[in-house]
Amino acid sequence: MAEKLLMLALSPTMEKALISSWLKKEGDTVSTGDILCEVETDKATMDYESIVDGVLLKIVVPEGAEAAVGDLIAIVGEEGEDVSDLLEEAAAETKKDAKTASKIPPDEAPAAADTDQEVAADVETEAEPSGSDFIRSSPLARKLAAEYSLNLADIAGSGPAGRIVKADVDAARSTVRKAPAKAPAAVQAAREDIVIPHNNVRRIVAERLAESKFSAPHYYLKVSAEVDRLMDARRQLNKTAAESVSVNAFLIKLAAEALKRHPRVNAGWNGDSIIQFGRIDIGLAVAQEDGLITPVVRDAAGKGILQINEELAILVDKAQNNRLTPEEYTGATFTISSLGSFGIDDFTAIINPPGSAILAVGAIKKDVVVSDDDEIVIRSLMRLSLSCDHRTIDGAVGALFLNDLKQMIESPIRALY
Amino acid sequence: MAEITYREAIRQAIDEEMSRDERVFILGEEVAEYDGAYKVTQGLLDKYGDRRVMDTPISEEGFTGFGIGAAMAGLRPIVEWMTFNFSLMAYDQVVNNAAKMLYMSGGQIKIPIVFRGPNGPAEYLAAQHSQALQSIYAHIPGLKVVAPATPYDAKGLLKTAIRDDNPVIFLEAEMMYSWKGEVPQEEYLIPFGQADIKRKGTDITLVTHAKPLRMVLEAAAELEKMGVDAEVIDLRSIRPLDEKTIYESVRRSNRCVVIDESWPFASVGSHVAWLVSRNCFDMLDAPVELVSSDDVPMPYNHKLELAVQPSVEKILTAAKKVLYL
Repeated sequence: MAEKLLMLALSPTMEKALISSWLKKEGDTVSTGDILCEVETDKATMDYESIVDGVLLKIVVPEGAEAAVGDLIAIVGEEGEDVSDLLEEAAAETKKDAKTASKIPPDEAPAAADTDQEVAADVETEAEPSGSDFIRSSPLARKLAAEYSLNLADIAGSGPAGRIVKADVDAARSTVRKAPAKAPAAVQAAREDIVIPHNNVRRIVAERLAESKFSAPHYYLKVSAEVDRLMDARRQLNKTAAESVSVNAFLIKLAAEALKRHPRVNAGWNGDSIIQFGRIDIGLAVAQEDGLITPVVRDAAGKGILQINEELAILVDKAQNNRLTPEEYTGATFTISSLGSFGIDDFTAIINPPGSAILAVGAIKKDVVVSDDDEIVIRSLMRLSLSCDHRTIDGAVGALFLNDLKQMIESPIRALY
Repeated sequence: MAEITYREAIRQAIDEEMSRDERVFILGEEVAEYDGAYKVTQGLLDKYGDRRVMDTPISEEGFTGFGIGAAMAGLRPIVEWMTFNFSLMAYDQVVNNAAKMLYMSGGQIKIPIVFRGPNGPAEYLAAQHSQALQSIYAHIPGLKVVAPATPYDAKGLLKTAIRDDNPVIFLEAEMMYSWKGEVPQEEYLIPFGQADIKRKGTDITLVTHAKPLRMVLEAAAELEKMGVDAEVIDLRSIRPLDEKTIYESVRRSNRCVVIDESWPFASVGSHVAWLVSRNCFDMLDAPVELVSSDDVPMPYNHKLELAVQPSVEKILTAAKKVLYL
């Protein structure tokens, strides 16, 4: 029996989408999980996976064409099967939808309800629209279906007059989900797993970081820097500055100065070549409620620390409110990630392409240090880890850069040398 | 803890507050010489004398206005209405004087007064004497309205009502006066605006207040036999209303039945059902149901009298409806 493949809601806000390419041709055998086509939604390009096994009999919506959620896009069945009935049916439905859509009647006021409760229940049933495109469902069922990315049209309702209720959505979801392979009984008895569909940010973070980590051979360099003088300098500056200058602004400025002296670190892997970037654009990783984004301070070497601080404040605010434009968060030639405010002493970060290095900054903590004249003193220390792409930055090159940066942090006046 | 009746709990609250604060006094029909039409004020005349326990003529508008005047002058009266059916005679005094004075005097004149008595149907009292009138008081800004359903809640809320600087409508019920419950020896107060979860549960939220609480708990026990774990919320205080407790429960259970022995139209129950529908919209798996009295004057025939009021059976029917059982 041939099955209709419908356009699914691939993002919560998606109403229609463009099929950017078909990866399977008519006549190809497809099995569950195969990617049939790529779909460009309002947010991103996503893979459309087959949920059935069979032969792709008919592509209804060709490459470059749009389909609304619920529209028939293809038919899968057994080889040689006749699909003309299904196609006619789909065409008829489209026509009917167009008709009802153009003639939505104004809300008819229900007749004055008798207050007898059973009569009132009947009034409720009659007052609701009953067209073929109206799906009776509880608010909770609608909310859950959206959360699980299920299409209400695909769910059979068991409530009064076919209302889809929570139990129906749960049932539909458990048939869609693949059963976990041999989960131990004790685990099954525990709470249900929660499937959280990706939002756009999560998808991009996952793709980019996986690509970076799996393709760029990372190595890590670690130092501790004494920050007492840097903190003094910051205090001095903040006495007169209109806005308090952040430690991150100092780190961006000093990193830019160090990169100026080590241009081979301000570079990117370009397949058959290495690009040494003409400008120093430094990204700062900013945590969002549900994701991560890296706003970029352009030409950090060419700007003073006050200007960097001012720009950074605006960028971080936009980042936290999800207002950054792509020009503001792409193309960092070097990146800084700080988890100091989360109390992390020391960590390593994944390189943020197109740059080839990322500096991971830990918390500032007091520690005991043996000074040059063999005395035990207390100093404020900051742990720095530099992750480098070995394809572009050899170990010695990275080490010279990090050492220079450490010296600048310990003695900021070196930035003038 | 001692088990005492609802009647005794009310009496203890009045007694304790009268001995604590000499500005507190009680007036109403038969409260003194006859010890109260329902024996709530038994013994108070002997203890406090006729200047603080005052019999009044059968003239609700008169003695209610008298009480409001005394409150304006700095006393803290408790006005007993023999039943809330008779309070209709005094409705203008309550709505236009007691409820408005603080506002219209620009905050200068407080009205610390309690209006109390039995509300709602008892038995064999026919249409004029069987009315649950909480909604016509809850409707009025400037009034606080409480409706305790247990001796413990009655005592704690009445003491709070007497100490409140605003007019408080305190709803009791003839059928509840002999109900017993545990009440501690030591003094306690129950703040207004705090609902009480009388039974914890996860599958459905039953919201009620006043006398129907007992049948709602019975219905919850029946539901348990069917494998349904019901949560029972007793509002206790209608105004201020503890919306938070209701919403938290419905957001967990996804289903709600409101039980109110008043008529359905513009009632406390219908208002609560609307609040839940609006504020828990996305968490509801079924429309909120309301179990109320039928929209008719109370029949005198006893079978019909029972048939028009909420019952365990009606609550179960509504519960099954929202549970899709």
